Amino acid sequence: MGILDHHKKIETHATLLLVLSFLVVTIGGIVQIVPLFYLENTIEKVEGMRPYSPLEIKGREIYLREGCYNCHSQMIRPMRDEVERYGHYSLAAESMYDHPFQWGSKRTGPDLARLGGRYSDDWHVQHMIDPQSVVPESIMPPYGFMLNRELTRTDAEHVRDIMRVYRTLGHPYTDEMMELAVSDFFAQADEFGDPVDERYPGAQQRNFDGQEGIVTEMDAIIAYMQMLGTLVDFDTFVPDPSR
Amino acid sequence: MAEETENKVKPPSRQYPDPAKKIEQEVKTTGHSWDGIEEYDNPMPRWWVWIFIITIVWSFGYWIAFPAWPGIQSATSGLLGYSSRANVAQEIAEFEERNEVFFAQLNDTELDEIREDDELMRFAVNAGGSVFAAQCSQCHGAGGAGVQAAGYPNLLNDDWLWGGTMEDIHQTIRYGIRNEDFLDARWSEMPAFGRDGLLDDEEIDQVVHYVLSLSGSDHDAELAAAGAENYEINCASCHMDDGSGDYFIGAPALNNQIWLYGGSFEAIRHSIYYSRFGVMPGFAERLREAEIRAVAAYVHQLGGGQ
Repeated sequence: MGILDHHKKIETHATLLLVLSFLVVTIGGIVQIVPLFYLENTIEKVEGMRPYSPLEIKGREIYLREGCYNCHSQMIRPMRDEVERYGHYSLAAESMYDHPFQWGSKRTGPDLARLGGRYSDDWHVQHMIDPQSVVPESIMPPYGFMLNRELTRTDAEHVRDIMRVYRTLGHPYTDEMMELAVSDFFAQADEFGDPVDERYPGAQQRNFDGQEGIVTEMDAIIAYMQMLGTLVDFDTFVPDPSR
Repeated sequence: MAEETENKVKPPSRQYPDPAKKIEQEVKTTGHSWDGIEEYDNPMPRWWVWIFIITIVWSFGYWIAFPAWPGIQSATSGLLGYSSRANVAQEIAEFEERNEVFFAQLNDTELDEIREDDELMRFAVNAGGSVFAAQCSQCHGAGGAGVQAAGYPNLLNDDWLWGGTMEDIHQTIRYGIRNEDFLDARWSEMPAFGRDGLLDDEEIDQVVHYVLSLSGSDHDAELAAAGAENYEINCASCHMDDGSGDYFIGAPALNNQIWLYGGSFEAIRHSIYYSRFGVMPGFAERLREAEIRAVAAYVHQLGGGQ
């Protein structure tokens, strides 16, 4: 009973117990979490991921503000039924520019990880105004007010500030992108504006909400949704057999 | 009194041993004493200890059998070779293999002949129905009824925009309508007669009444007669003299009560003034050919197939 007697010392010594408990939890954390940052097979190289464009960032901010993640996940699990319904399972790299990630944990509504390009802009506008008009069985609340919320230069500058923060986190925004952030913000909602896809490959550029002359929250959220899941080129993706 | 007798404490029928004394004989105490209260040093329940030991032993087996410990380059892969990604690929492949016979048969059968083979048609309707639920129902409705008066066509009737034969439906699903992804996408665009100043407000009102008259809807006969000439010049080349429409350029029939954007005076006026048309993505790259054929068969049998 020699060891147990030593253990008794720990059990009867509150501070020692606390320090040693922290030590054990720390070791567990290091073994579980740290390898994810350096192991080759947890960080797949994929083609096409890029940091979000200014208007997409605004759309994402609205997505967070309205709590869309409470009902919608952005995480297709590697299971047959999900892959058949939504498309290719999600990769870690697809969330690399998400702070925080939007995997979600609950699906009251469908998964949105491969939403981009699946519906027309008109459909999205109609669906936001009155979800039940296009999907009668839906219980989603309406978000038509976004059509009336005009985005101003202040919003664009705020997004530029967000980009500045993202940059410190390692998102590869170039000086050019930072400089043109405000003009890109508005240009993306205008199909005749300066092409945004020169800096953000694959970015879609048009008047998303169909309202002439103003850029609204509806433009931003649709720009964001139409981008979801469209960036990674899955033709170039070879799954690591060891996962 | 009765109450008093009931309250009397009866002496116990037999003497119980003092439980504390009995245990004291078998179990040691920790030696601590607080105001005379002592702490027993009982062993943990055996079942609990055994389960604890078994879980530790189990974890060693698990480490060996499944991916577990991280190394420098990758984690240990485990003797069982478990991989969630390989599993999903394998499971999909399994179902592919089972469906392969039917998919091959769908690909090899002429579109018009699919419905003649009962078994194949049954497969096509079921497979097409599940693809429809995932890919089409959001606009065309879970039952295919579309969204009335909002521009999402009803697929249950025999009033088609781009034609309702198997060939037509297949073509529409494959390449879609008014999209820039496919050169073969169906494409046409009605001019915005009001917005672009092709007709003035009065002329448009007259044409609306003429259009209403084509389907026998309520209209002003005088205004309709006045709009006849402008209809012939501007509209008849696509919508035909009698308003029967033209599948070739997706011009809707105007001589029935089925309206894509509503059949009221205001709705029709809006369509003529601003021009309205829908879009649909092509599915040639999202679905395999056999699936597209299955959806075509499903849509064709919904009610309006030609």
